[in-house]
Amino acid sequence: MRTNRRGWASMLLAAALAVTMAGGARAAEGGATFGSHWKDWQAHADVADLASLQRGARDFVGYCLGCHSLRYERWSRLGKDLKIPPALLKQDLIPPGQNARDYIMSPMTADAAKWFGKQPPDLSLIARYRGTNYLYRYLETFYVDSGRPTGANNLVYPSVAMPDVLSSLEGLKVAVYRTVEVPGPKGAMFKRRVFEHFRQIAPGSMTRQQFNQFVHDTVNFLDYVSDPPRLERHRLGVWVVLFLIVFTTLAWLLYREYWKDVR
Amino acid sequence: MSAEHPEPTRSSAPPAKRGLWAWINERLPVDSFISHELTGYFAPKNFNFWYFFGSLAMLVLVMQIGTGIFLTMYYKPGAAFSSVQFIMREVPWGWLIRYMHSTGASFFFIVVYLHMFRGLLYGSYRQPRELLWLIGMLVYLALMAEAFMGYVLPWGNMSFWGAQVIINLFGTIPGIGPALTQWIRGDYGISGATLNRLFALHVAAVPIVLLLLVVLHLVALHQVGSNNPDGIEIRDRLGPDGKPLDGIPFHPYYTVKDIFGVGVFFILFALVVFFVPTFHGLFLEKANFTPHNPLSTPADIHPVWYFTPYYAILRAVPNKSLGALFLVLALVSLILVPWLDRSPVKSIRYKGWMSRVALAVFVVSFVGLGYLGMQPVEPIYVILARVCAVGYFAFFWLMPFYTRWERVKPVPDRVVYHAH
Repeated sequence: MRTNRRGWASMLLAAALAVTMAGGARAAEGGATFGSHWKDWQAHADVADLASLQRGARDFVGYCLGCHSLRYERWSRLGKDLKIPPALLKQDLIPPGQNARDYIMSPMTADAAKWFGKQPPDLSLIARYRGTNYLYRYLETFYVDSGRPTGANNLVYPSVAMPDVLSSLEGLKVAVYRTVEVPGPKGAMFKRRVFEHFRQIAPGSMTRQQFNQFVHDTVNFLDYVSDPPRLERHRLGVWVVLFLIVFTTLAWLLYREYWKDVR
Repeated sequence: MSAEHPEPTRSSAPPAKRGLWAWINERLPVDSFISHELTGYFAPKNFNFWYFFGSLAMLVLVMQIGTGIFLTMYYKPGAAFSSVQFIMREVPWGWLIRYMHSTGASFFFIVVYLHMFRGLLYGSYRQPRELLWLIGMLVYLALMAEAFMGYVLPWGNMSFWGAQVIINLFGTIPGIGPALTQWIRGDYGISGATLNRLFALHVAAVPIVLLLLVVLHLVALHQVGSNNPDGIEIRDRLGPDGKPLDGIPFHPYYTVKDIFGVGVFFILFALVVFFVPTFHGLFLEKANFTPHNPLSTPADIHPVWYFTPYYAILRAVPNKSLGALFLVLALVSLILVPWLDRSPVKSIRYKGWMSRVALAVFVVSFVGLGYLGMQPVEPIYVILARVCAVGYFAFFWLMPFYTRWERVKPVPDRVVYHAH
């Protein structure tokens, strides 16, 4: 058994290494440009929070669906997974003319590409593509920038095509920068603008806290949409793993029993 | 057919057996196969942890074929990206089948890499197992082709650009390069035509080759018998009954042991499938959750983790053609190991310190290359990749020297085994 134990240790080591590597890769995605704020803007997505998902669905229909589709999700699936009764679904969420069995499609036409410079992307998989923290930061960091055609810019997506559609809720804010000197090649010093903080210049209908909750719910909802069977998967996974542990224990006992004969 | 009744034949089967089973055995050697390859196949009794991975590799192969068949029922190359989403969201249990298949691909390589490492550790490629190793390497190459093609099928943006990079490697072959890449793609660029043919190869051609090679691998294994952690030929020490003294019947002893291994494997497998199927972007990458877009290159193009060691070697060489050459050499070196190792002993247990250091350098280099292959191209990573590449090749190319120079330990007559 000595060798076996050593073997398991090496396997665990390999697994630990893989996890660390993945963690390192994720840490590298952040930007030093954002300083300490980077840590504040975390999605804390939790697809088990049904109330948050329901609010997120409502907010998505209210503020996103005008331009963005969820082309792989049906209204009926949304209702079932988020425990929204069919009548309520029909009354509050499904746009007139659409059916529960339809996919969640935006009424936006192909002209959008002309208006915004690009077609608003489908958001079915955006949370898996970008990650929930990215989405949270994206929705939290719109600011006034008169140099942009839409009058708005974004900290994590510079020169973004999307207008600041949530400004009626959040109000308007400008980005305040500070200039720092960073060492460049050959000892030269370079001036670089580093984001300092946002300054609110006009109030919205929500407090900061309410708006943060709004963004959290929306991101949470997008996280659910990107992988709808997740909750079911986690629930089932527990039982599968428990079964496998019992099976493996029995297999271990059987193995020991047979191998008693081997001298 | 006719009224003639042939005389009941006297086969080698025991006369007690009558009925359907005897009828079958007279026509198909089921019993003799079982007694020859399982109950009468003697394997060394001192197999350790490292000997689980051969049977596990077969298990994953079967699982990949099984889940793959079901995926094929719904996957459409003409609407690849959305058909995968259809499988994930609307086909009953489609998400489970798909995650088993995508996780299975990564686990296949984990298991195969550990299986290959076992071979390096205990000299399982040495005489008389050179052909066994060669066939195994062909399995590995076929598996790489299979995995690459499978990765392209979801038709995400990383699928597209990965296919672009890999197929363009063939363009570095002098003279025929450009014409060859066009022939492989079936188009002037990566397109639907390319996807369709990769689908055909992934679901039919390569699996058939893989299965054939795996059967050959097993036939060759049973011809020469398994090696063991001591690197001793158990068939050289036979008891009075003509059976190896240090051997035990594969069935039931290793079948029950392997069932335990299968259990542990499935626990780890299920943890990934049910709780972290993307494995933090290592098994399913973020950039592949957006449809393929020839106009938008992902920020960092790199293959899935199991190819990154070779990818790092490719990128470590400043010249593209030379890089491709070194990539091929990295694989060729691995294939040639049976003829590079000149040690009088097989197992690392009895080799000297130089072999141990070399193997450690190889492992660190290979894992390091795997890590660096996932990183963006920055000077520090490129330099480190070069260091690791030197370590990788040093292990192979210096092997004929250090295995002869070093002092080896005496090999015992019998295998080392501690009963439970």
